Amino acid sequence: MAEQRTERLVVDPITRIEGHLRIEAELNGTTIENAYSSGTSVRGIEIILQGRDPRDAWAFAQRICGVCTLVHGIASVRAVEDAIRTGWQNGAELAGSRGPGREGGGPPQGAGQRRPEAMGPPPGRGPGNRGPNNRGPQNRGPENREQRAGPLSSSADIANADQRIPVNAELIRNLMIGTQFIHDHVVHFYHLHALDWVDVVSALEADPQATATLAQSISPYPRASVGHFRDMQARIRTFVESGQLGIFGHAYWGHSGYNLPAEANLMAVAHYLDALQWQREVVKIHTIFGGKNPHPNFLVGGVPSPISLNSDSGINSLRLSQVSNILDQMEEFVEQVYVPDIIAIASFYKDWANRGEGLGNFLTFGDLSNDGSGNPASFLFPRGAILNRDLSTIHEVDLEDSEQVQEFVARSWYDYGSGDSAGLHPWQGETELNYTGPQPPYEQLNVDSAYSWLKSPRWRGNAMEVGPLARVLMLYASNDAYTRELVDSSLSQLNLPIDALYSTLGRTLARALETQILMRGMRNWYDQLLTNIKADNTDTFNELYFDPANWPVDGRGVGFMEAPRGALAHWLSIGNGVIDNYQCVVPSTWNAGPRDANNQPGAYEAALAGHALADPSQPLEILRTIHSFDPCLACAVHLLDEDGSERLQIKVR
Amino acid sequence: MKKNKEQPSVDEVLAQHGVSRRGFLKFCASIASLMALSPDAVPQIASALSNARRPSVLWLPFQECTGCTESFLRSHTPTVEGLIFNSISLDYQHTIMAAAGDQAEEARREAIRSQAGEYLVLVDGSIPLGNAGFSTIGGQSNVDMLRETAADAAAVIAIGTCAAFGGIPKANPNPTGAVAVSDIITDKPIINISGCPPIPVVITAVIAYYLTFGRLPDVDENSRPLAFYGNSIHDRCYRRPFFERRQFAQSFDDEGAKAGWCLFELGCKGPVTYNACATVKWNEGTSYPIEAGHPCLGCSEPDFWDAGGFYQGLFPWEFYTARPRPGGPGQGPR
Repeated sequence: MAEQRTERLVVDPITRIEGHLRIEAELNGTTIENAYSSGTSVRGIEIILQGRDPRDAWAFAQRICGVCTLVHGIASVRAVEDAIRTGWQNGAELAGSRGPGREGGGPPQGAGQRRPEAMGPPPGRGPGNRGPNNRGPQNRGPENREQRAGPLSSSADIANADQRIPVNAELIRNLMIGTQFIHDHVVHFYHLHALDWVDVVSALEADPQATATLAQSISPYPRASVGHFRDMQARIRTFVESGQLGIFGHAYWGHSGYNLPAEANLMAVAHYLDALQWQREVVKIHTIFGGKNPHPNFLVGGVPSPISLNSDSGINSLRLSQVSNILDQMEEFVEQVYVPDIIAIASFYKDWANRGEGLGNFLTFGDLSNDGSGNPASFLFPRGAILNRDLSTIHEVDLEDSEQVQEFVARSWYDYGSGDSAGLHPWQGETELNYTGPQPPYEQLNVDSAYSWLKSPRWRGNAMEVGPLARVLMLYASNDAYTRELVDSSLSQLNLPIDALYSTLGRTLARALETQILMRGMRNWYDQLLTNIKADNTDTFNELYFDPANWPVDGRGVGFMEAPRGALAHWLSIGNGVIDNYQCVVPSTWNAGPRDANNQPGAYEAALAGHALADPSQPLEILRTIHSFDPCLACAVHLLDEDGSERLQIKVR
Repeated sequence: MKKNKEQPSVDEVLAQHGVSRRGFLKFCASIASLMALSPDAVPQIASALSNARRPSVLWLPFQECTGCTESFLRSHTPTVEGLIFNSISLDYQHTIMAAAGDQAEEARREAIRSQAGEYLVLVDGSIPLGNAGFSTIGGQSNVDMLRETAADAAAVIAIGTCAAFGGIPKANPNPTGAVAVSDIITDKPIINISGCPPIPVVITAVIAYYLTFGRLPDVDENSRPLAFYGNSIHDRCYRRPFFERRQFAQSFDDEGAKAGWCLFELGCKGPVTYNACATVKWNEGTSYPIEAGHPCLGCSEPDFWDAGGFYQGLFPWEFYTARPRPGGPGQGPR
């Protein structure tokens, strides 16, 4: 097969990612001329969100993805909070200010809602459940409800109230986001990406003594004895000789592109297994603050877990020390295993430091206020856009400007009412599902027309790359000292120039360096949380946001964040207490989206162009570059709808 | 399960890894304990795992978010690495398999061919019937892949609420015509491990049960294993005494919430949700949603997405009456 000219190469499923991704590549000989990225599965969560209680939205949105499991939950509560806060700042009419007999005065019952039954009285205020005898005489009354800040009925009351999300809630959210990043990046490298660089079978030829010498030369990590690697090699041998390779079956072992010496392969396989154990420990930060992982719980107005040092049911000293222990475990693995492995492995793949970049345009939305204020000026990751690798200019990004972020559907399986060449800002977004692809089972997509369930987002018309590389470049361009130190020192260890970042290898390196940056942030946020608690500041929730009486009758907001895979934002509008429209533009839509109306390729497509394949029947090179982006396709595929009406028209071919 | 003489058994493998017979039996006991089996079952588990050729397992991902796979990866007993390297042969699992593209599909088809009638099929995600093009893998529709793969399966395990009941894709207005596995496959033993996602160790414990006993465990009326779905969260919740005393948190972060009072009036669905969150708990017993201060969403129940707002109280507590659970062997009130 390698001998003959191959017209079209198809890789579907792309595995070791989240979701359903298909790559088709037009080859000239063994070189990719054009690549096409297709998301092949759709669910329609944004349509499902319409008509729901905005406080419930995080749970729906969160199910967009179970890998970056918290990001859509965070973006959602931020979007709802932004819509409410913006309404207050604009002096909008509030639901609770309407008199009895009209719609409103509680979660209103707008016309055409899908689920009016869900819009009952706010919790704890319904009729019948608060009778005088509700509490027996044995109750220690914890509080008198009337003493608490109740619903405020006018804009003037709201203006005088504290509108902030409590700083502890922001810090706890930051700690949960940071946990997500660090977990995600390590798991991505070892379990999703490493097998593109590490030949598991080759580990059988390693000398355990030499492996231990190698491991000890790059890191003080204690699990590096000769006996440990001998034992590990015996396990691999038993597994391979069983003839049942399971998840390691049918891979490209022995491919000429695998460059690592056997000892490095053995070390990496040992760390693959260590990382499996490590990852189930570190997610416990989500469990402590959010009750579970995957899919921890969030709350509009704050976080659900109270801080209560004298209780068994809140964040107490035991919980805080658990978090502290986990931070130690995180840091040990990042500093002693992940980063040294990346540098060591990269040193054998420097030929990947000059291919796989693609666009040269990078975008971040910014996130993680270092002081828990939510103020963009204190973001750990700054916001901005870089065009054509020009690090001297960071362009300002405004998510509310209808000329900046737009989505196109010219090559996607959707229709726009105003014509498929239009670009729509998410607040004006619209969608009709319109599958025009080949009827399954099919061999090949028609890439000259629509070929993906992803849309094509653009910033001022430019295709942009988002993710760790974009963030590290934005920090580097902003002269962030720690980032400069990390980038310069790792590149000098590899003897590579700064331009090496614009590559498949650079993307993978940036992810590891970013993990170190986040680790610093985690310590900082944890210390601030402790400082606040010591000062008896234990607030974690602002009820103003949670009470529908305080919501604007009509409002819209945008909630943004940096997710592990890049810039993420949810745009929503609220009308009469329910969601009118809900739209997400997510990292993998930027990166994995198809061509736009001007035939500009997306980031994956641009990155793959020009790749030479050693053996087109084993397209290892495609996996390397695609995996360097850490694809998340369930996130990327979504539906938009302008309002609550039945715009959806499913056209069955 | 058949012994394949040419391949080492699980205890031989463990011995080579330096795991003693005693350690192995301890592992078996932990499975028995997790499954609420009597200690008499330990030798049976040990025997099954000692003799088994690693059974082939194929994991089909349809309209999913990969949260169920992530949950599977969090299992600590049995550990996911122990399971996939020592107990099963996970021949098809998109998220962690090395092979891609044609080679991945070949792995699935080879297992179907060579292990017909023996392999286990796990499914996460719902299946869209609105249009075959709504979800495809390798150009094949989800429904075709499910039918093709399940045809020669020994049994099917639907992992997560989407595969078990349709889940979030099926939520009103169900834009893609999503259905559950049991709506497509009707001629095979199917067990539902619901939850969004299911508890990590519940996924692996059910697989371990199947490996050990060669059959699926007893189930409730929703085809869920009784060992984990036999009681409501409310009946096992450590905050239940506060419910009985009518001590309810009235708001998040109020004095009641800080004291660990019942979250019923903040919308907790624990009384109508059957799952093991309050007993097994999450992530090595670290916590569970109610313990962390958030009401239960009811995520292991069919159509929970459309069953009322997450912060809307179920009903006034005065109407809470004990009713025997239909079909359950003496479980608590519903």
